[in-house]
Amino acid sequence: MAVRITTPLSRETARTLKSGDSVLLSGVIYTARDAAHKRLCELVAQGKPLPFDVSDAVIYFVGPAPAMPGQVIGSAGPTTSYRMDPYSPVLIREGLTGMIGKGKRSDEVVGAMKQYGAVYFGAIGGCGALLSKCIKSAEIVAYEDLGAEAVRRLTVEDLPVTVVIDADGNDLYKKGRADYLASQE
Amino acid sequence: MREIQASEITAVVRRLCMDANYHLAPDVTACIERCRREEPWAPAQEILDRIIENYGIADAKNCPVCQDTGLACVFLEIGQDVHIAGDLAAAVDEGVRQGYTEGYLRKSVVGDPLERKNTGDNTPAMLYCELVPGDRVKITVAPKGAGSENMSRIAMLKPADGVEGVKDFIVKAVEEAGPNPCPPIVVGVGIGGTFDKAALLAKKALLRPLGKHHPDPVYAALERELLERINALGVGPQGFGGKTTALAVNIEKFAAHIASLPVAVNINCHVARHQTEVL
Repeated sequence: MAVRITTPLSRETARTLKSGDSVLLSGVIYTARDAAHKRLCELVAQGKPLPFDVSDAVIYFVGPAPAMPGQVIGSAGPTTSYRMDPYSPVLIREGLTGMIGKGKRSDEVVGAMKQYGAVYFGAIGGCGALLSKCIKSAEIVAYEDLGAEAVRRLTVEDLPVTVVIDADGNDLYKKGRADYLASQE
Repeated sequence: MREIQASEITAVVRRLCMDANYHLAPDVTACIERCRREEPWAPAQEILDRIIENYGIADAKNCPVCQDTGLACVFLEIGQDVHIAGDLAAAVDEGVRQGYTEGYLRKSVVGDPLERKNTGDNTPAMLYCELVPGDRVKITVAPKGAGSENMSRIAMLKPADGVEGVKDFIVKAVEEAGPNPCPPIVVGVGIGGTFDKAALLAKKALLRPLGKHHPDPVYAALERELLERINALGVGPQGFGGKTTALAVNIEKFAAHIASLPVAVNINCHVARHQTEVL
């Protein structure tokens, strides 16, 4: 059974989620990927305010396809997360509690998740047409010059994600593979 | 000598960019659906069901299967009895520009790898031209996403490493990639040639229909054995565990230097896109 979560995602709620949980996520989330993360972290380093409130926020690592006429947004599946690894710990320290992407994370990211209370969700990569149906509104809030990489505020309804790494550092990529291999013995 | 206007190339490239991004080819969907039937692990079955649902939506609505609509890799086989009137490379780029702009495809190209400013129209294409006998032009557009491309690997092995060294390198590349390239993946392999040739062979191997093996029985057997080894890793769809880590292993090979055994592994995701048209 899927757990229903509505953002903002507090650190306390983030800590209740466990690796392997299916989650239907609703509420406001923000998009950011490589170039936007670089700029956000530069602002943090300069002590300047971020273009959106990162406290208890969830960032979706996605660069959506352009919306066709009548669409809110184009295809919008996750991008590979490790490219955000140099930046995520900075944002977690600033209050970020959730990230949505796909693929492995670094020890530094997992360390920050455990220290502050944050969770890493996986969405199914290569399913952008399906996932975009859960996005009910989209507006650019920063870095419009980056095109697909601009920061967007999305309102999502029942976005299907899985807790890959929880705030205790448990990792579904390790456990899922081990469980499957054990079942084949 | 037959003459083809460059503008005809533009029109075909434009159309293929859109078609490839909206509609997965029947060999790809048939392979994914067969893997779904053969997948024993329930969580993996569920992910494969979502993947099948997703490409069904894209196909029906003419929208991109994946938001990463890729770099436009364009392969031209140009008959040596054809004269193309106009600037060929510019015509291909114009086709990409029109296809990606009018088709609502994502613009994912930065003009300079260090400056990293988006070109805004997904140009330039990654263009490869080959001269072949005849008076036709075969145009293949293969949009290539970066999540899987970034997990690709190349090695200059020693001849002493032999076929076992080749196999181990390929399997290790897939295992280390794990969940990152959006498994189930297609594994394109180039063996032989030079450093650059091996990489191009690996990319071209991704263009071969899934389920169609190399004509040389030795390489066909190698493809089967590697697929079995990779699907025993347990990585599974999206890396959450399961049998279906790879949909296919396609190998292309070429002659090599007496001192070299290059091996390139070009990984593609399950959104394995390519469309071809002949002029």
